[in-house]
Amino acid sequence: MTDAPLLELDKLSTHFVTARGTRVVKAVDEVSLSLRAGETLGVVGESGSGKTTLALSIMRLLPTAARIVGGGLRFAGEDLLAKSPSEMRHIRGKRIAMILQDPMASLNPLFTVGDQVAEPVRVHEHTGRRSARDRARSLLKAVKIPAPEQRLREYPHQMSGGMRQRIVGAIAMACEPRVLIADEPTTSLDVTIQAQYLKLLRDLQREHGLALIFITHNLGIVARMCDSVAVMYAGRVIEAGPVRTIFNAPVHPYTQALIESIPRLGGGPSRLTAIDGQPPDLASLPAGCSFQPRCPRALDRCREEAPGITTVAPGHTARCWLAAK
Amino acid sequence: MSVSTAAPSRAVGLPLASRLAAFRTEGFPTFPILILLVLVFTAVFAEFIAPHNPEVGSLSQRFKPPAWIAGGSSTYLLGTDHIGRDVLSRLIFGARVSMIVGFTAVIFAGVLGTALGILSGYFGGWVDQVIMRITDTWLALPALTFAIFLAAIVGPSEWNIVIILGAVYWTRYARVIRGEVLSIKERDFVRLAIVAGCSKMTIMRRHVLPNVLNSAIVLATLMLGVVIVTEAALSFLGVGVPPPKPAWGLMLADGKKGLMAGYWWLTVFPGVCIVLMVLSANLLGDWLRVKLDPQLRQL
Amino acid sequence: MTLLEAHNLTKHFPVRGGLFRKVEGAVRAVDSVSFTIEPGRTLGVVGESGCGKSTTAKLVLKLEEPTAGEIRFDGQSLQSLDAEGLRKYRKSVQAVFQDPYASLSPRMRVGSIIAEPLVTNESLPRGEAKKRVAHLLERVGLPERAADLFPHEFSGGQRQRIAIARALALSPRLVVLDEPVSALDVSIRAQILNLLVDLQRDLGLAYLFIAHDLAAVAHMSHAIAVMYLGKIVEYGPAKTVAADPKHPYTQALFAAALPAHPDETREEIILAGEVPSPINPPAGCRFHPRCPHVMPRCSVEVPPLDMALGREVACHLYDGKGQ
Ligand SMILES: Nc1ncnc2c1ncn2[C@@H]1O[C@H](COP(=O)(O)OP(=O)(O)OP(=O)(O)O)[C@@H](O)[C@H]1O
Ligand SMILES: Nc1ncnc2c1ncn2[C@@H]1O[C@H](COP(=O)(O)OP(=O)(O)O)[C@@H](O)[C@H]1O
Ligand code: SF4
Ligand code: SF4
Ligand SMILES: [Mg+2]
Ligand SMILES: [Mg+2]
Repeated sequence: MTDAPLLELDKLSTHFVTARGTRVVKAVDEVSLSLRAGETLGVVGESGSGKTTLALSIMRLLPTAARIVGGGLRFAGEDLLAKSPSEMRHIRGKRIAMILQDPMASLNPLFTVGDQVAEPVRVHEHTGRRSARDRARSLLKAVKIPAPEQRLREYPHQMSGGMRQRIVGAIAMACEPRVLIADEPTTSLDVTIQAQYLKLLRDLQREHGLALIFITHNLGIVARMCDSVAVMYAGRVIEAGPVRTIFNAPVHPYTQALIESIPRLGGGPSRLTAIDGQPPDLASLPAGCSFQPRCPRALDRCREEAPGITTVAPGHTARCWLAAK
Repeated sequence: MSVSTAAPSRAVGLPLASRLAAFRTEGFPTFPILILLVLVFTAVFAEFIAPHNPEVGSLSQRFKPPAWIAGGSSTYLLGTDHIGRDVLSRLIFGARVSMIVGFTAVIFAGVLGTALGILSGYFGGWVDQVIMRITDTWLALPALTFAIFLAAIVGPSEWNIVIILGAVYWTRYARVIRGEVLSIKERDFVRLAIVAGCSKMTIMRRHVLPNVLNSAIVLATLMLGVVIVTEAALSFLGVGVPPPKPAWGLMLADGKKGLMAGYWWLTVFPGVCIVLMVLSANLLGDWLRVKLDPQLRQL
Repeated sequence: MTLLEAHNLTKHFPVRGGLFRKVEGAVRAVDSVSFTIEPGRTLGVVGESGCGKSTTAKLVLKLEEPTAGEIRFDGQSLQSLDAEGLRKYRKSVQAVFQDPYASLSPRMRVGSIIAEPLVTNESLPRGEAKKRVAHLLERVGLPERAADLFPHEFSGGQRQRIAIARALALSPRLVVLDEPVSALDVSIRAQILNLLVDLQRDLGLAYLFIAHDLAAVAHMSHAIAVMYLGKIVEYGPAKTVAADPKHPYTQALFAAALPAHPDETREEIILAGEVPSPINPPAGCRFHPRCPHVMPRCSVEVPPLDMALGREVACHLYDGKGQ
């Protein structure tokens, strides 16, 4: 592990401008993160909190309505925001890869699994058909697909959800990327299949020294998989730090409530700590702190002024007036 | 706790669709409604508006061109036909025929087809089998030929045409509506209605019908076009509205002989009327569809 | 007295194929399961997708007819119900489903949605129905004016509250909850689970709580039934089953359940392979192709669901371990 971060986001902001400029959705707002080689960063947040948009911003794969409106994005010392689209194509897939939530959407139903796994190798490394095919076979073996030789000739619809997601994983790993972004890769999988897949990702990561960004809405996955965690709420990272610190001593009221709202095994029928209300509409955020309408500890100040980033301890930051004192 | 709109992420998937919807709902469909109103008005008050008797001409006034063309006269604003009848008056009375035939046939076909489609889709089993066999047979026949055949049997009259068109086209509704019902009846709210103790009739009326109404209305606007064109075709072929009654299709048929001789007004004016009516109905239907859908209405 | 009792409940769906759509086999969605639900208590059912949880729910709700076996409610078999009996049953058993976007008729106002079971089953004056709706809305934590809005004007969590209000309208005795929080956001899940716990306490409701999230089921239930490929493999008091799962599949499920804290380490059991198809389930113990403790007899002999160590387990490992 080196000391210099591999991937660094500095107050990155991505906004959607919809309905002819009348509605601005701040899907990612001043997000700062850093990630070293071999490290796993969990990004947790509820639906619509901006997790996918954050991932797409890093990949520079945003839909047309979205724009990176500010901040910095550096990968291995290079400024990604200054790259031309063709330079980005060389980085994407080869050095930063991504796994999406729905494996069926990432696979082309008309091509065999073999073709699709071999494609990134052929595109990025200009290898011939035969050697690309060999690579595809070893990749399928690496993601623990039984009978890889036969599976290479099959089509995505002939496989189960878990198997498809493994194939998507194999495609992502094809060019040995340094950063892998996994956007809710297990949400559509069953519990025992999810356990298989999480173990697979962890094994791959250890073997290749990957930096992994694991996007999820499930704190349990973070607890199992991640070294550090960033909690997103309404487009902002409201707390970030090493995973044990965040679980043991969260300072942001949202993080605290989130951790307490997970049902525990062996609890028995009782009430959970719930967060009242619901996440805000990103196009019309409340004034001040965006969590303020739901916050049990809101101060007067929270209604007027949005809290900035406070460093609670080295590596542990939060956006909350309580932490700022 | 506040009541806000649906979770924001729900609205994301279809930026284009929602923009289209916004575009369509932006204005009240003034143009189509105006045209349809004018047509309805003319149809109702044809006697008072039309300058001449549409069925009687004077042979001395044959093939007069429209008033603004050399040789035309202001007595016959849109000219006269091959037996000297006033084209404008015939168009005005023709609106009545087209309106009555078009709307009643569409409503007839729509009510019949929707009802049978719902029964077929909701009950399934042998009810479905029977209705769908009939529908398949119907749809296998070419509509126009079928209509001509029926018309030849029952003989031409305005009301017979309505019945024929309804009988020919109800299957289109039945097909589409049945498909919708099949998916609606698998939706959880239908299951919950059963759990709440609602009877089959209640479920079809309260939960299924409102959810297929959109499709039925959209289909109706499309069918209005088809029906009017078919009516025109039947009249054109001489098995539709019997002459001398003025019908737009009949006028087209009569005018076609004069087209080569340069009597364009005999075909162009009824043609334009048919196009305007079909187009307005379609535009209005599209707007209605958005209007009737509470989900799109909000956008 | 037991509220609901399922005895050898079985549901097979025919599989058709070929040119003439002949019946070629059967999906054994639910295969001879038995369970009981006590008044005011919760039976939790866990299992992976396709194991027959929703089919069990539909059988209990009489949305499907069983292929074999029977359900008794208040001691009376559902098959023997006449029209009046069925009406009564429908009033006593209500449901909340997983997808809050599909559960509410999109063209009805929330007020009519909630009032529907009331007006269908009781002849109420208009004003009275309105009062009841307002009361139900308050009960589930929604403002009274919600009655005049359409479902699409609500978020997922609020819709689920509406669905719960409707299920409560007839003061049922049993509510079938088929994955009621699976589609909701994390911060909303706890709200809904709390609401359900409160309602049970205040109204004495019994729940059939179905989920694939073990922690949620363990949290909500008094008794747990673990299903695998249409069969119950372990069934017993929630405390016993959750504290010390015995069936190898339950153990794997527990190991796969995500921890609530990074320091919470569990023995790692990663099952090989995937859930086989219920069309041709494996012979003998249906879990044997994936079981880490498989023995020769497991692929031949079906293990019966027998009492062992304070719960029922269907596994040869516990043969003869008796009470
Ligand atoms: N194409 C788009 N046009 C306009 N707004 C968008 C678009 N895509 C996303 N948004 C908005 O950006 C915000 C963040 O969306 P994003 O998909 O990043 O959330 P997420 O955290 O990944 O959610 P989920 O857990 O549901 O995947 C949301 O408020 C969403 O409505
Ligand atoms: N109407 C049906 N026809 C045929 N097969 C069905 C039907 N409903 C469910 N099944 C099958 O029965 C099995 C159990 O389904 P289900 O009860 O929905 O599972 P769960 O709710 O546990 O995910 C699955 O294999 C499913 O495909
Ligand atoms: S800034 Fe204020 S409102 Fe926001 S989380 Fe902190 S205490 Fe709550
Ligand atoms: S019966 Fe055999 S295969 Fe089945 S769970 Fe028990 S040990 Fe495993
Ligand atoms: Mg996302
Ligand atoms: Mg289910």
